[in-house]
Amino acid sequence: MITTAPHTSATFPAWFTDRQQAAWTRYLATPTPKRGDETWRFSNIKQLDFAGFSRNASTDPATDLVARSSGLEAPAAKFVFINDTLAHAESRLPAAAICLPLAEALVSHSALVEAHFMRQETRLGSAKYAALHEASLTNGMFIHIPDHVEIPGTIEVHHWLTGANTVIFPHTLVVTGTAAKVRVVDIFRSADQVQPGLAIAVNDLSAGPGSKLDYVAIQAFNEVTRVIQINETAAARDAATTGFILNTGAAWARNESLSRLEGAGSRSDMLAVSIPARAQEYDQRTFQHHVSPGAFSDLLYKNSLYDHSNTIFSGLIFVDEEAHHTDAYQTCRNLLMSDTCEANSMPGLEINADQVKCSHGSTSSQISEEEIFYLRARGIDPVAARQLIARGFSVEVVSRLGDDALEALVIRFIDNKFANIATGGA
Amino acid sequence: MRSYFPRDMSLHIEDLRATLEDGTEILKGVSLEIPKGEVHAIMGPNGSGKSTLSKVIAGHDSYLVTGGSVTLDGTDIFPMAIDERSRAGIFLAFQYPSEVPGVSNANFIRAALQARLPQGEEIDAVAYYKRLYGKMDLLEIDRKFTARSVNEGFSGGEKKRNEILQLMMLEPLYAILDETDSGLDIDALKIVAKGVNAMRSPERGFLLITHYQRLLDYITPDYVHVMAEGRIVRSGGPELAHELEKHGYEFLKDLALA
Repeated sequence: MITTAPHTSATFPAWFTDRQQAAWTRYLATPTPKRGDETWRFSNIKQLDFAGFSRNASTDPATDLVARSSGLEAPAAKFVFINDTLAHAESRLPAAAICLPLAEALVSHSALVEAHFMRQETRLGSAKYAALHEASLTNGMFIHIPDHVEIPGTIEVHHWLTGANTVIFPHTLVVTGTAAKVRVVDIFRSADQVQPGLAIAVNDLSAGPGSKLDYVAIQAFNEVTRVIQINETAAARDAATTGFILNTGAAWARNESLSRLEGAGSRSDMLAVSIPARAQEYDQRTFQHHVSPGAFSDLLYKNSLYDHSNTIFSGLIFVDEEAHHTDAYQTCRNLLMSDTCEANSMPGLEINADQVKCSHGSTSSQISEEEIFYLRARGIDPVAARQLIARGFSVEVVSRLGDDALEALVIRFIDNKFANIATGGA
Repeated sequence: MRSYFPRDMSLHIEDLRATLEDGTEILKGVSLEIPKGEVHAIMGPNGSGKSTLSKVIAGHDSYLVTGGSVTLDGTDIFPMAIDERSRAGIFLAFQYPSEVPGVSNANFIRAALQARLPQGEEIDAVAYYKRLYGKMDLLEIDRKFTARSVNEGFSGGEKKRNEILQLMMLEPLYAILDETDSGLDIDALKIVAKGVNAMRSPERGFLLITHYQRLLDYITPDYVHVMAEGRIVRSGGPELAHELEKHGYEFLKDLALA
């Protein structure tokens, strides 16, 4: 792993250099998570041995990867990063919107970036890796939508990992002003299926009053790559945010998602679909933090587990003393597609306010025999029937995105995974 | 030269016996022949084995066939898996259709049709929707149901109409309707009957399973059979249904005594 302090580019502002140096010190001072830590309960701590990974300045094969960066038919803007280096940019955004590679924004909009850059404390276990990310990142996306500006369509960002034992630090910072609207999708992939990689990614969403901010992360790395992805969301008064994570790739993925409902009447929808197969492990930790009264949060995580895969879900709804009239829901559903998979769920609730409506629950089940019988009685063979039902189980979450084009994109990745499972990973 | 036997063109059930997994015998020797072009109705009290008969023919694995045979146009269906039987031409309209969350009705029916095509052949989407909408219009099903998850949040009547829609799309050789009339109001019943009547053809046989004579006011059967305690105890013409409506199943007690 990286053992010397990362070198901050001389073009970046002094505050950023200071932040990176402080983060590096924090990284060194923070102990590595160990067995027995509450936030790493059930986790496979061995996955945190990152020895041998280093940064890689190569963007080969750049032309090929840019060509393979297909997503939406008509994105509002499209950026392609290869090993954190910008390889392609196009934009049809209104002039008022700022949508820039972070390296550029740090120079051109330094104060604005500083006001929003990594403001929340990482509380779900990966403080050490968040510090490493902060110390090491060299680029990313900075998206700032000013008051009353609505972006039609979706901003699409591709992140490629290439070369053996490469580590990347993707960063996406999205800020919406009052009554602004934006939708962003990050797509994470590997250049090939054989070279091990590591991604330590952070996305930071800050939704201004009455704004609407939707974010989708599609994680489709190869199955010898590991990922830590930290999602921070802050919703101001009457803001509505949606965070959606799709996990189909990686050997091991850790998602930490925290939503802070800072303003009264704010809303956060936290959604995830994970389809692990073979020996894939997905470890998901969530926190719905109700700070203000009258806010709403709804979490729905669905896992379809095949083969020897395993998942961990640990979620907490936390209602502060002042956050009366909170509405908070948390559901994790596991569909067990094999007898050898393992799903661990640890839902949690802590309420310190009055007149609160909260519920949490997790279920694990296999496909019901009656459902299979119904499909087979229509002529659908048992393999296709199970696949159709498992797909439906996932698609139900996707349909909450409320945008046809984006839903179709997510479903394309889901279908790729099911096809990959059907052919045994070939 | 191949000789012609009526059973070559029928769904032929002969001395069929079936038990539950625990050995309880439900079907105690059912014999019935449904030639193509005919509509047969089976009536009978609750627990007489009517629904079991339909599930055994469809291939449900909660039942163990202990004797007898079922042939489809002369071919033994018991070696066939559930889905093979469907593709061979047997259709069961369920009494309680399953909900399939996240699978749209249009995609579900399309998958069922796709399963009938040779590998590599794809359904023509435009023609498919045209045909689907045509059948939906006949069954007075709103277009929005194509995008809704299969049976999820459907009312009882909507579920039954959806079963008939599938019947119309899949065009089976033999259709078994298991208590399709239960839970339907009179308007829904008329629509369902309209769908079934539209599907009556010299190329297709029907077996209607019902507890009440009401359905038979709208779908006139060629034959009516009464089932009790796992057997067909009486067979007759459509008038038998009216007789049952008038006198109920009381006569079965006399039969049991005899």
